[in-house]
Amino acid sequence: MKVISLAQVRDTIKDLVQKANFELQDDVLEVIKEMEKKEESPAGKEVFKQILENSRIAKEEKLGLCQDTGLAVFFVEIGEDVELKKENGLGSLKEAITEGTRTGYEEGYLRKSVVEDPIRRKNTGDNTPAYIHWELVPGDSFKVTFIAKGGGAENMSAVRMFAPAAGMEGIEDFVVETADKGGSNPCPPIVVGVGVGGNFEYSALLAKKALLRRPLGSHNSDPFYADMEKRLLERINDLGIGPQGMGGRITALAVHVESFPCHIASMPAAVNIQCHSHRVMNFEL
Amino acid sequence: MAEHRIETPVSDELITNLRAGDKVFITGYLYTGRDSAHKKLIDLVNEGKELPIDVKGQFIYYVGPTPARPGKPIGSAGPTTSYRMDSFAPTLHALGLKGTIGKGSRNEEVKESLKKYKAVYLAAVGGAGALISKSIEGAEVIAYSELGPEAIRKVEVKDFPCIVINDMYGGDLYEEGKKQYKRD
Repeated sequence: MKVISLAQVRDTIKDLVQKANFELQDDVLEVIKEMEKKEESPAGKEVFKQILENSRIAKEEKLGLCQDTGLAVFFVEIGEDVELKKENGLGSLKEAITEGTRTGYEEGYLRKSVVEDPIRRKNTGDNTPAYIHWELVPGDSFKVTFIAKGGGAENMSAVRMFAPAAGMEGIEDFVVETADKGGSNPCPPIVVGVGVGGNFEYSALLAKKALLRRPLGSHNSDPFYADMEKRLLERINDLGIGPQGMGGRITALAVHVESFPCHIASMPAAVNIQCHSHRVMNFEL
Repeated sequence: MAEHRIETPVSDELITNLRAGDKVFITGYLYTGRDSAHKKLIDLVNEGKELPIDVKGQFIYYVGPTPARPGKPIGSAGPTTSYRMDSFAPTLHALGLKGTIGKGSRNEEVKESLKKYKAVYLAAVGGAGALISKSIEGAEVIAYSELGPEAIRKVEVKDFPCIVINDMYGGDLYEEGKKQYKRD
């Protein structure tokens, strides 16, 4: 039986949300630098230069890479054999994650971007609630993945319920169409997470999980979906939208596709768009 | 593509010189505002009341910055997506607002409004909020402090870097750029 301290979870998350918002991770920087070489448009090259300069300043001065420091989204994988040690007034894992988020956003001078009601829109003032997805697994692992998800790119995302007859082409057209419709809005060059299959809500969750795959730009282990990722990246980059929408060769940094079994009558697909400031970090205890 | 160094407030004549794709460096003051602040401003206009800011000759920067660290005027401060303010922009142009700064495309009503009222739409680089904060030398909340990051601020800028997306002649950098690099 592995024992995990809730105080340690809280403190790790407090540091993680700050670090993710101040520093682009190496895999992301690598893709950005690789794509910068492929960009041909003068405006696009200038954008890449500013993105890299921005990442240097943000890291040095512990400033948000972007002013939209995002909703704090967590995927938690917890083994059935893990025992949680309640301490320091922390009564649950959810409380530990919430406290880590709250104090991390406060102490890191990160923006509070959550309103307590979608229609009445009063800011909660501490960037909570955190958005937590739980997965219970056999064994004693404890893994957390965090993504700081900005609103601008999230707003350009989409879910569609296809008839199976639409096939691979139907889904690929939908992904390209979603990127095209987003245009300059989601801060291209974007990262595109695609969820295929599952059901209505599962497809959206798969699309978000697809964004979390590391290193950025690595391919699905199934060659069928790896090929789809390569085709989609090329088609999206042929749209010409370019960095920040000002025209160019690089509209997307990467496309990740995840799939799951689905109903005989259905073929759901979801596209989760992420901006170039791709702030994903993981930890294990 | 021309480069312009301009100071706020600006005249109509200055706006006539700006073309889609031009670089613009702004020195002076900008007002900040985004979703909630715009709703409040437009409610005041509809009620025939006075606004807390005089928009004549000015620019509004669509931004909700991160909190400033001690000794700094502002935190990370890049542009937010502009289309959410599309329904508000023409009303403010009619009151003399000369420009808006954000990122992402505007609708036809806003583009028509730019022609009608001689105004421009500029973009700053989205996701470069740390870099952009270097062009901001001062910031003061002047209305709706209860909105937190969405409050209206008067920010002092020096050589604040932007690019003209939509000019008053119907030019659109997003459309032109995409056309140039699209492959079928």
